[in-house]
Amino acid sequence: MTSPLVRAPRKNPVVRTRVPNLPPGMRSRVALGLTAAAAQGRFELQVCRDCGRVQYPPREACCACLSHRLDWRAQDGAGDLVSETTLRHSFELFFRERMPWRLGMIRLDCGPVVVAHLHGDCPAAPARVRVRASLDRAGQAVLIAIPEKDTPNMADDRQLREMTCDPKFRKVLITDAKTALGQALADAVVAAGADLVWAGYAEPWKKSPGFERMASIPQVSLLALDLTNSRAVRDIAGEIGGRVDILINTADYHRNFGIAVRNGIEVARAEMEMNYFGLLRLAQEFAPAMRARAADGQSSAVAWVNLLSIFALSSFPPHGTYSASKAAALSLAQCLRAELASAGVRVINVFPGPIDDEWSQALPPPKIAPGRLAAAIVDALRSGAEDVYPGEVAEDWLTRWRDNPKALERELAAASR
Amino acid sequence: MPRAAYDDVVIAAPVTLPYTRYSIRGAHWFLAGALAELMQQAGLAKNEIDGLCVSSFTLAPDTAVGLTQHLGLTLRWLDHIPMGGACGTVALRRAARAVQCGDADAVACVAGDTNHTDSFRLNLATFSQFARDAVYPYGSGGANASFAFLTAYYMRTYGAKPEDFGKLCVAQRANALQFPHALMKKPLTLDDYLTARLIADPLRLFDCVMPCAGADAFLVLRRAQAEHLGIPYARILATIERHNAFADDPIQYRGGWALDRDELYAQAGVAPKDIDVLATYDDYPVISLMQIEDLGFCKKGDGPDFVRRNSFTADGSFPINTSGGQLSAGQAGAAGGFLGLVEIVRQLTGQPLGAAVRDARVGLASGFGMINYDRGLCSGAAILAAR
Repeated sequence: MTSPLVRAPRKNPVVRTRVPNLPPGMRSRVALGLTAAAAQGRFELQVCRDCGRVQYPPREACCACLSHRLDWRAQDGAGDLVSETTLRHSFELFFRERMPWRLGMIRLDCGPVVVAHLHGDCPAAPARVRVRASLDRAGQAVLIAIPEKDTPNMADDRQLREMTCDPKFRKVLITDAKTALGQALADAVVAAGADLVWAGYAEPWKKSPGFERMASIPQVSLLALDLTNSRAVRDIAGEIGGRVDILINTADYHRNFGIAVRNGIEVARAEMEMNYFGLLRLAQEFAPAMRARAADGQSSAVAWVNLLSIFALSSFPPHGTYSASKAAALSLAQCLRAELASAGVRVINVFPGPIDDEWSQALPPPKIAPGRLAAAIVDALRSGAEDVYPGEVAEDWLTRWRDNPKALERELAAASR
Repeated sequence: MPRAAYDDVVIAAPVTLPYTRYSIRGAHWFLAGALAELMQQAGLAKNEIDGLCVSSFTLAPDTAVGLTQHLGLTLRWLDHIPMGGACGTVALRRAARAVQCGDADAVACVAGDTNHTDSFRLNLATFSQFARDAVYPYGSGGANASFAFLTAYYMRTYGAKPEDFGKLCVAQRANALQFPHALMKKPLTLDDYLTARLIADPLRLFDCVMPCAGADAFLVLRRAQAEHLGIPYARILATIERHNAFADDPIQYRGGWALDRDELYAQAGVAPKDIDVLATYDDYPVISLMQIEDLGFCKKGDGPDFVRRNSFTADGSFPINTSGGQLSAGQAGAAGGFLGLVEIVRQLTGQPLGAAVRDARVGLASGFGMINYDRGLCSGAAILAAR
């Protein structure tokens, strides 16, 4: 059984910080279907629409009937561990620096044989296991075989932790902790074992309910931080940038306007200033240090979380300028993801529907509660996902958008009449 | 329809270039060397070779086509066989049919590769689409990992012990000590084998083939021409090849030989007991045991017992891989698919470079290649006889 992770001793500042290496990230285009599902925490394999054969490795045509009609479908991953090995030698630096490494060959109940990373708590072959898909440090989907039933401390497995961004023993910056979401997140990452949480707040004169309680949590350290101020962001990055393992950007400026109901661009500019330029300032000041610390031992820099909005996919005209700022932020977040990929730092984009807060007061339920959203973010950090659509509204909009983006555009336009 | 006999098509001029662990040369250098040595053995000029069959992993961006211009060959028959460990037996059967049917008179079959300090890793990373998508990202252990799975399963299922694999490796090393081109020059004891460092459980260091640079070659021609040239030759009694056999097995515990061996022996007119010397594809010992079983030398699962009952040096009860095999001579890329076949030709023609098998009349060379994903896809075998 996995022994619980022990807090690493304080780093010796004289010791060189290792440069990050990545596992092999090359994939064929068809194999990226596995990555697309894993990015949302799902394990999908191709299933032939004509004969039903489940395929793996990913294929261009069915190995049974040669049909091209292969659909990615969710799989439960149950299977038999047929054989296993523990590698003591690898041709790639990433694994060479992490030996030994346990691998399994699994016959899935749905048919195919898969090679997978093998969790330390899986019994010796032959045994029943569950196979999951996760993103690895290269940002590509890999399969992980875990025990049939959960075991204590299984998240602390050495190999699993090389795929996840578990907050345990890590230092987390929450850029805006004044909101209900920011506070729920601080509670959630502390409960998940974070060593230190920097709780950012702007406008110190403005009282916010519950914020004083933040100061009383031992792991929480309050931090004046205004993302609309380039100088302030740079100064804060100079102070703590080299220690942040997980950055969660919750700063959000949200007003309820379209185009015609209001003259002038001040509000739209304020939204862009926070939601887009704020992210850009943060990225320019914090990303370089996180890249450099991506292989910094047990508690390396691992993840950057962006609080976006489901409105980033398709404009919600009653909140049109806000939607535009979130669409801009999504585009920038993709750029950030590409730039952090070479270090293996994961960018997690979160697309909630309306949050149950004051700026979505006029929207009908269901609205996602801040606590539930915070839990979804911590879940994403602990699993291997990078795109999170938490709550019913986000899931519903995503499904409609995937099915027919034009139809969703028309449906959302109707909401502004 | 029964397989047609190869009539008077023969195999001659067995070439093994000395192997080297690393080289700064290109694959063309080794292939050219093997071809030159072949021409010298056969007493043929370049313009008398009208067919060429090439196997190489490191020839890119060239194929056999580029090699014709590189080496100044004008040919009327050309083939390129990217089948790794099965390329020797497959090259033989294709070249034999070409000669038999008159498409070519003298086909030089060459296989070889270079090995730069980092080229093996780079080739592994892009070995196949399935390997790149679904194997290499998992620990990047290469063939060591693939064969570790097969070995662990085989041991669990059929009760093989490390000592069984060790006995084969130790015997091959004894053979290699007499083979001048083998890379491994140090004697190996069973204790050395059992206590060597683990590479991929249960595989230890001496279970794993060593990649190197080198080339092998042989010549396929008509008997009359071989006699005219005055060169020793062996007759081709039978050959088989098979690809992607037993695709539904959850893990590889048998290969295509099991499907085709009855036809192989029927075409050759011999039985397993008639085989005087065997060459298996031996990058890891477990696959040798699988070939011994699937080619009918013992029943499936009796491999470990067969090993315990026999001895495998050139003077043993069951001579196998008398050059030392890849495990002790080295794996020169695609040449690994030739090494066993050319060694059988040397034994049957009375021109061994190392230890000789006494009175070797009939030999069998077996090939196995291309772990495209979770198992080796290509299998082949050829039965040859002394003239």
